[in-house]
Amino acid sequence: MNYIDSGLKVVGTRPIRPDGVDKVTGRAVFAADTRVAGMLWGKILRSPHAHARIVKIDTSKAEALPGVKSVCTAADFPDIPSEEAFVGEGPMNFRDLSLNIMARGKALYEGHAVAAVAATTPAIAGEALGLIDVQYEVLPFVIDVEDAMKDGAPILHDDMFTQGADPKPTKPSNIAKVVKFKKGDANAGFKDAEVIVEGRYTTKPVHQGYIEPHACLASYNADGQVNIHASSQGHFMIRAYTAKLLGIDMASIRVNPAEIGGGFGGKTLIYLEPVAVVLSRKAGKPVKIQMTREEVFRGSGPTSGAAIEVKIGAKKDGTIVAAQQVLKFQAGAFPGSPIGPGCMCGFALYDIPNVDVLGYDVVSNRPKVAAYRAPGAPITSFAVESLLDELADKLGIDPLALREKNAAKNDTKTHYGPTHQNIGFEAVLAATRSHPHWKTPVKPGQGRGLACGFWFNIGGESTATVHVNEDGSVTVATGSPDIGGSRASMGMMVAEVLGVDISRVRTTVADTASIGFTHLTGGSRVTFATGMAATQAAEKVRDDLKKRAAQIWEIPVDAVEWKDGKAYPAGSNAGAFEPLDLEAIALKAARTGGPINAEVSVNAQGAGAGFGAHICDVSVDKETGHVTIERYTAVQDVGKAIHPSYVEGQIQGGAAQGIGWALNEEYIYNDKGQLENPGFLDYRCPVASDVPMIEAVLVEVPNPRHPFGVRGVGEVPIVPPMAAIANAIRDAAGVRMPDLPMSPPRLRAALDQAG
Amino acid sequence: MPKVVLSSGSSLQALTGGQTEFEVEATTFRRLVLELERRFPGLGKQVEEGMAVAIDGEIYQDAYGAELRPGSEIVLIPKIGGG
Amino acid sequence: MAKQYVLTTINGETTEFLCETQQTMLDVLRDVVGLTGSKEGCASGDCGACSILVDGRLVCSCLMLGVEAEGKTITTVEGIAEGEKLHPVQQKFLEHAALQCGFCTPGFIVAAKALLDENPNPTETEARYWLAGNLCRCTGYDKIIRAVMDAAAEMRGETAR
Repeated sequence: MNYIDSGLKVVGTRPIRPDGVDKVTGRAVFAADTRVAGMLWGKILRSPHAHARIVKIDTSKAEALPGVKSVCTAADFPDIPSEEAFVGEGPMNFRDLSLNIMARGKALYEGHAVAAVAATTPAIAGEALGLIDVQYEVLPFVIDVEDAMKDGAPILHDDMFTQGADPKPTKPSNIAKVVKFKKGDANAGFKDAEVIVEGRYTTKPVHQGYIEPHACLASYNADGQVNIHASSQGHFMIRAYTAKLLGIDMASIRVNPAEIGGGFGGKTLIYLEPVAVVLSRKAGKPVKIQMTREEVFRGSGPTSGAAIEVKIGAKKDGTIVAAQQVLKFQAGAFPGSPIGPGCMCGFALYDIPNVDVLGYDVVSNRPKVAAYRAPGAPITSFAVESLLDELADKLGIDPLALREKNAAKNDTKTHYGPTHQNIGFEAVLAATRSHPHWKTPVKPGQGRGLACGFWFNIGGESTATVHVNEDGSVTVATGSPDIGGSRASMGMMVAEVLGVDISRVRTTVADTASIGFTHLTGGSRVTFATGMAATQAAEKVRDDLKKRAAQIWEIPVDAVEWKDGKAYPAGSNAGAFEPLDLEAIALKAARTGGPINAEVSVNAQGAGAGFGAHICDVSVDKETGHVTIERYTAVQDVGKAIHPSYVEGQIQGGAAQGIGWALNEEYIYNDKGQLENPGFLDYRCPVASDVPMIEAVLVEVPNPRHPFGVRGVGEVPIVPPMAAIANAIRDAAGVRMPDLPMSPPRLRAALDQAG
Repeated sequence: MPKVVLSSGSSLQALTGGQTEFEVEATTFRRLVLELERRFPGLGKQVEEGMAVAIDGEIYQDAYGAELRPGSEIVLIPKIGGG
Repeated sequence: MAKQYVLTTINGETTEFLCETQQTMLDVLRDVVGLTGSKEGCASGDCGACSILVDGRLVCSCLMLGVEAEGKTITTVEGIAEGEKLHPVQQKFLEHAALQCGFCTPGFIVAAKALLDENPNPTETEARYWLAGNLCRCTGYDKIIRAVMDAAAEMRGETAR
């Protein structure tokens, strides 16, 4: 059933979220907030070296310290075999995941976990770490992606031979994989071009920057049953990976989803849970581990730093005839950067007949990268959208007109194969062109930049249950951790289907033992896929309610209709019965067949892709190199905004992260490969005084594959900001900044050089 | 016959001896994967575990039962996640 | 090392606790007194998630020792509402959807209350600079600032903007 065109009463409004009061009063329970009797405090010892062989670990002094109840190293974890998988939200090998959470044989980055302890107080645990004696053989390290690709670079893995290289390589390399995408004939296309532009761009690794550090509380009980309370984007994922890494049967693990303080992709895999379980097993007590902010920076996965070369050829009228890109992405210590999407997303927005993209997945001595909001896309679009600006300038065409001329439409075939369907890019561009921001002349002393972005969005497996309680109120349970307010949207869709007021619906997130399998919260999938499951469950309940009314009235079920939350006899022939609301029907539930509920699991296909366009006005302080964002507008096709405030929130938040990525955020290393800025003072994320109001413009081109027209929204908004700002700086100060971040010292240097 | 296109050449091309486009007789995606495995040992498994597929333009992450028409175009692309 | 005895007032209640000298006020609130509303985001005073009021002054509790609470009046996020009655700042945060994951929210609520206690009529710029000590990664600050400005207007008796 499709609700897109019917009169919606709940969907599209802005009720207060069900978990809101808990969150503004400090009552909401995040992973680090739980305590249980007898709980021990776990801490992790991390390598101070960027690359080193672990010769020997002596934990005896730590074990002897009073208050220390267990100590573990890789020796306490099964040595699992290599197994390629799609881990969390990116490609990874399970053996690599195991080695990442506890080093075996080699420390591959500064911050790599090498041992852990559990003790009665955090202070004793900290002291115990200092008593663990690790003998390292320090090795040469390499961090920069192009340095790691060079001949003679220190090799991280002796058994890594580049996949996809032709001829098959005989020497190990840091290049894990080469990927290629081709459409048409790029060489012929460039010969046909009347104007060609080229550019080389680099980006630095950036962290997702969630304010809540990773934390979990695990207990391994005497009967082998494991309970984990953790903050994550997927508690089923925690269960599966903990089971896999420790060789425990999944049924013996129960994971409770704590409230999560931000993830953005960085919490789609595990770091702490298996370690806490092992420590708990050895100590016979529950163990809590929380990362410090420093550990989050040194030990958890940021996104890739990269080097990108782009070349675009066009006709004088702006028609793009050929495009080429070479991307080199850092994967961190183990393979699995988002090089695939990096290769796909840059040109996905445009209808280009000849495209050639080559991508390298490269390991180097830094933390294994984790997903970060539209992984790979912000990096590739920084390059492509910057170069398109150069092209527009060279052609003397307005940058928005250049996008309009080449925009992908329905039935445009992408360079990676699929054909766009049900997309809203043209609508986004039209909304941009007619927006007051675009129509207002740029203020003197300021510059304006435009950039666009794309993300696939995914669907996948989700489960939802809808229960009608004995008083006619409704409980909705899903398996999707709520990272941005999705609980509200789930309840709203159910309320809409049942025709009841949102105040009668409560939404919860159920643990792994209490609800069917649900894929993790990421990929902009929850409102789409879990919403689909919740809608279908609500429809089943509505059908059941009609059946119960039919029984109560003793009429055929097709003589009952459901409207505005009540069962009505359909037409006067059916009988002159008073309508029955949920409460009236629920009162008779036992007599008409028992409890009224439905559980639906889906593997949702047909997720609608998202497109965005951002307009940014900046001013540049030529003396200090400081950039002020004067005005920011983010236009995006959101399908259907179930709760518009939270859709706007996703767009504003993603844009702000992009602003930080553009202007200040980066990992700074010393000459030993150690991180110099593992804290929020020197890893500079935007604060309230760094950004203006961010206007989010919601364009609604419904996705026909979802009953409410939903399209994922969370990831697209982080894709355009970097190029939008780079283009604005070019307009304001006359310098092109091809390297991120465009921080004051760099901008100053560029301004000095330009003279 | 349904036509299969390997979008991301690379590691898959190594299994197909460089071929990126071929026709495969199959009425469902599941059968197609079995046929790919039969023709190019290792390819079927790789496709099942690491790839998403676009059938006649539409992306599927899991596509066992998806039906294929005689003229269907099947493009194999890297699995897509998110953050 | 023997623990120290501290007598203080937290959220209007006389509170006594024992703590180690090196424990921060944040650690004491969370692990000793049991008030986990204040959060640890960085333990170095850079993110504001641990914000509390000490004798009415906005302080990062991770930068204060537990023993320094002796004789002081401490307000945490748990003490902002009056029973079931939310403070206007809290209510406006809900109405404006000024939170997504909610982790930074306790710190912002305390900091915003401190702002409005000191300056009942802040400009948008003043609000942004006052709240620059509170990091949010989810919202981009737009709805937070709107909520604070709207709460200020309501507290001044004006109609909501």
